[in-house]
Amino acid sequence: MLRISCPFCGVRDHSEFSYGGDASVEYPALDASESEWVEAVFQRENIDGVQFETWQHIQGCRMWIVVERDTRTHAIHSVRPAHDGIARALNAEQDGVSTS
Amino acid sequence: MTAQRLPKGGHIDRTRPLTFRWDGTPMSGYAGDTLASALMANDEQILGRSFKYHRPRGIMSAGVEESGALVTVGKGAKQDANVRATTQPLYEGLIARGQNAWPSVRLDFGAINSLFGRFFAAGFYYKTFMGLPPFEWGRGTGMWMRYEKIIRKAAGMGTASREPDPDRYEHAHGYCDLLVVGSGPAGRAAAHCAAKAGCDVILVEQDAIMGGDTLSQPDNTSSLQEELSALTACGVRLMTSTTAFGLYDNGVAGLLERVTDHLADPTSWLPRQRFWTVRAHATVIAAGALERHIAFGDNDRPGVMTANAGRTYLNRFAIQAGEKIVIATNNDSAYTTASDLAGSGASVTMLDSRREIPFSWRSHCDTAGVVIKSGAAPMKALGGKAVSDLTTAIRQGNSWRADRNIDCDLVLVSGGWSPVVNLLSHRGIKPVWNPELACFLAPTSEEPILAAGSAAGVWDDAACRTSGEKAALEALELIRNPAYRTAAQTPGNWECPIDPLYEVRPAKQKLKSFVDPQHDVTTDDIRLAHHEGFVSVEHLKRYTTLGMATDQGKMGNIIGIALMADALGKEIPQVGTTTFRPPYTPVSIGALKGRNVGPHFRPLRRTPLHDWNLDAGGTMTMAGLWHRPWFFARSGETISEAYVREAETVRRTVGLCDVTSLGKIAIQGPDATELLNRVYSNPFAKLQIGKTRYGIMLRDDGLVMDDGTTWRLTEDEYFMTTTTAHAAKVMAFLEELLQTRWTDLKVHLTSVSEQWAGVAVAGPLSREVLTACVEQPTRVSDEALPFMGVVETNMREGIPARIARISFSGERAFEVYVPSDFGPAVMQRLWDAARPMDGCLYGLEALGALRIEKGHVTGAELDGRVTIEDAGLGRMASDKKSYVGSALRKRPEMVKDDRPRLVGIFPKDRREIFNAGSILCAADNIAGYGEGWITAVTHSPALGHWIGLGFIKGGHEGWQGRDVVCADPVRKGNTAVEIVSPHMYDPKGERMYG
Repeated sequence: MLRISCPFCGVRDHSEFSYGGDASVEYPALDASESEWVEAVFQRENIDGVQFETWQHIQGCRMWIVVERDTRTHAIHSVRPAHDGIARALNAEQDGVSTS
Repeated sequence: MTAQRLPKGGHIDRTRPLTFRWDGTPMSGYAGDTLASALMANDEQILGRSFKYHRPRGIMSAGVEESGALVTVGKGAKQDANVRATTQPLYEGLIARGQNAWPSVRLDFGAINSLFGRFFAAGFYYKTFMGLPPFEWGRGTGMWMRYEKIIRKAAGMGTASREPDPDRYEHAHGYCDLLVVGSGPAGRAAAHCAAKAGCDVILVEQDAIMGGDTLSQPDNTSSLQEELSALTACGVRLMTSTTAFGLYDNGVAGLLERVTDHLADPTSWLPRQRFWTVRAHATVIAAGALERHIAFGDNDRPGVMTANAGRTYLNRFAIQAGEKIVIATNNDSAYTTASDLAGSGASVTMLDSRREIPFSWRSHCDTAGVVIKSGAAPMKALGGKAVSDLTTAIRQGNSWRADRNIDCDLVLVSGGWSPVVNLLSHRGIKPVWNPELACFLAPTSEEPILAAGSAAGVWDDAACRTSGEKAALEALELIRNPAYRTAAQTPGNWECPIDPLYEVRPAKQKLKSFVDPQHDVTTDDIRLAHHEGFVSVEHLKRYTTLGMATDQGKMGNIIGIALMADALGKEIPQVGTTTFRPPYTPVSIGALKGRNVGPHFRPLRRTPLHDWNLDAGGTMTMAGLWHRPWFFARSGETISEAYVREAETVRRTVGLCDVTSLGKIAIQGPDATELLNRVYSNPFAKLQIGKTRYGIMLRDDGLVMDDGTTWRLTEDEYFMTTTTAHAAKVMAFLEELLQTRWTDLKVHLTSVSEQWAGVAVAGPLSREVLTACVEQPTRVSDEALPFMGVVETNMREGIPARIARISFSGERAFEVYVPSDFGPAVMQRLWDAARPMDGCLYGLEALGALRIEKGHVTGAELDGRVTIEDAGLGRMASDKKSYVGSALRKRPEMVKDDRPRLVGIFPKDRREIFNAGSILCAADNIAGYGEGWITAVTHSPALGHWIGLGFIKGGHEGWQGRDVVCADPVRKGNTAVEIVSPHMYDPKGERMYG
């Protein structure tokens, strides 16, 4: 079992989360071409090493997060909210807490 | 072997005698005994029969590595096979018997197998029965499959009970700073050191009592008790009878706690076993080391044990296992055993394979009367069913020569020690061979997992304590600073180095020397495997089954690897080790499942109307996790009669159905409309307030994900319904879109599936029923609430409600949602109104009949392989906008004309019945995958015969007038059918709009 540090809830068992997919994929615009969408939906690297992947804390805060995980060791190097705006807000809040 | 219980000493309670039965014979022991020690005290020697040859086996060890004393404990449904008698605590009334023997382990006719040993060598049944005389004619025929069945019966171990497991098991969870595995000197020192520093420590011990190796040392009961009290006093949580069977990622350990396996009459509320998942910041493995044996002739004869087992039975159980004892060793550790046993009055002869003998022990042994022979080793154990003599061998240059026989009743063997690195190996750490100590040691882990004590190759008692403290301090440092790098322990501290001796085989001696006694693997089998080209350790293991028995190679692996290395002319590190995998010792399936069994196998969801439905005579069925009403039988009705009546009633008057299980999502925010317009394939941008629309969502790959209706309540608030099956999936997908792709959209999603109870009111009289139940009947008039209209209004007595005029049945119909708590009350009022109109309650079966008649799709059709065109809904998909799936739904393979399309199916002979799941074939080619399949069938009350929905290549137009067969080879056989439009009833929808 993995233990994932949810940025909102703290360290939890991975059974509380559900795996999303490759977080490095930039999904194209809805009106982008078929080939761009084929690339985004079907083409995946089979990474032997560190990869970024999305997970959802589905049994917890339901937030989507990006987990940086080593596929060889399962070591998790970082976790951040998938939503950039929320990630910034969270950082700002934590900085505020640490400096006050 | 003439074992006897000593009058005093040991960790047994002589004031609590216990009676038990062995193979039907009543015997007695004491509290604190294991089954093995109690049997030994009763001088029982043959406790088992070996796997292949049915050779008699006795006690070989005093722990989890036991390969001889495997017995069946309990009877009936509670029968537990292959229990190691050496780890089974004795309790009052315990019932145990021998296994893999007939009529008994003492007299076993299966022993005839050993006369045919030639046939039973490694890989024997492949070779023997697939080509060797006299079985060569069986080659290539089915005959050898039959031999296999007979052989499987002859070889084997205990049998499991065929009855359902009557015991309960639990899952439990734990957290700690430091998990210490093993309560020997190193483990106790580590736990004490960490707890004093303020850590939350769990100390687990697989044995029924704490102490580990300390229990095998003489006269220390009170000092051990003091030490354990000190641990409890500083807050260490002690868990006995608990095995750490596996280590997993991020500090997770799996523990098995045997809660009642040692109790005669357990309290009824206690589970048999608990399966613990413990998350620890750091782990200290102080799991000790297992003593190896040495391969020599008939080294499996009862009366041959590991040297340390002799010491354990003496000091822990107060049993002198023999009177005339030979101890064979290649290292210093057995001298303690020799000294202790000589002290108890036994005559002891030491055979030390080394020329050099530790000086400090020599004088000690002289005083105690132990005879020491250096450069000597055991060659063959003689005797009938138990050992009576030992042929010795003496060293001659680099080989051995047979020497004289020694009269003895017990042979104790120490072939060196294997640190228990199993748990570290679970973490992917490759053990490294240490040639000086002749054992595998685990290198330092990248994770906060540390080995201590003899698990780290530290042999001496005092050094083990120091090693435990060092590991604890390093663990504390690692918890504070994960980048901290630990230093390796200093292993060793024997006076004279070990002599790496694995087999004693003087030239020209024909010996049957066991490597893995549990699977009857001999040294000859290893050499045979090498001879036949199985040189990799992994191949060796699979070919000979070395290390594949219940002990997973604890006894024999190292010897097997050493002999293979020898055959290859290589060093052990070049041959490698096998990877240890969880579990360390067997874990019962019951413990894995815990309480998740029977109705608890998965969660159960009930609607707020559940009790109301039951009171109204409903019969329930499972729909995903939900319990939903299936049908409401009136007196004497069968399910078929009930659903046909219900469906017919809905078309004639009115019916009520609990539809609470549909997924419901509140979608709020200024960009809610934009979100919906992007996720639905049909247009949503211009949905008016107070209107609802049926929508279909696609996946990114262009296949249909789900369908449902979405109601516009205000400018920026919608109420979405999904299918029951896909409610969770749709919610998670929308969240993913908003949080990962369209992070600029201002939309808030809330799952409100459980906040609203839903009732479908369907049928020509549905409006009359509704009118009778709302506060303002004008709000639900045809003008105020036309087809696809939505109102938020009050039921009578001020109960808030959301009502939409939508139809799944094809009749004029409404879906009424009220806050869950009001569900039963509103359902009662609706029913009070519907009943006098000759209305009915209907369940899933009638719901299915009504929707099949209309050709409406559900999860049975939308199975993840279907495009929107396949489902016959292609016209809904917009070409004017882009949406999820729009780019990929037009891929060539997905727009081919001959894709399977939704069709209706009639039996040619209208009196015929056919089944869902059948294959549709052209009548002239009933073969292969056919042309399509049937997803749903029902008796149609409206049409008066059975109908079905399904998919067939190209859709119904191409199949008009053609002969089609519904093939159902394993159930009903073939039925001639005709393919029709899926809209089998009221195709223009006049009843729905009217």
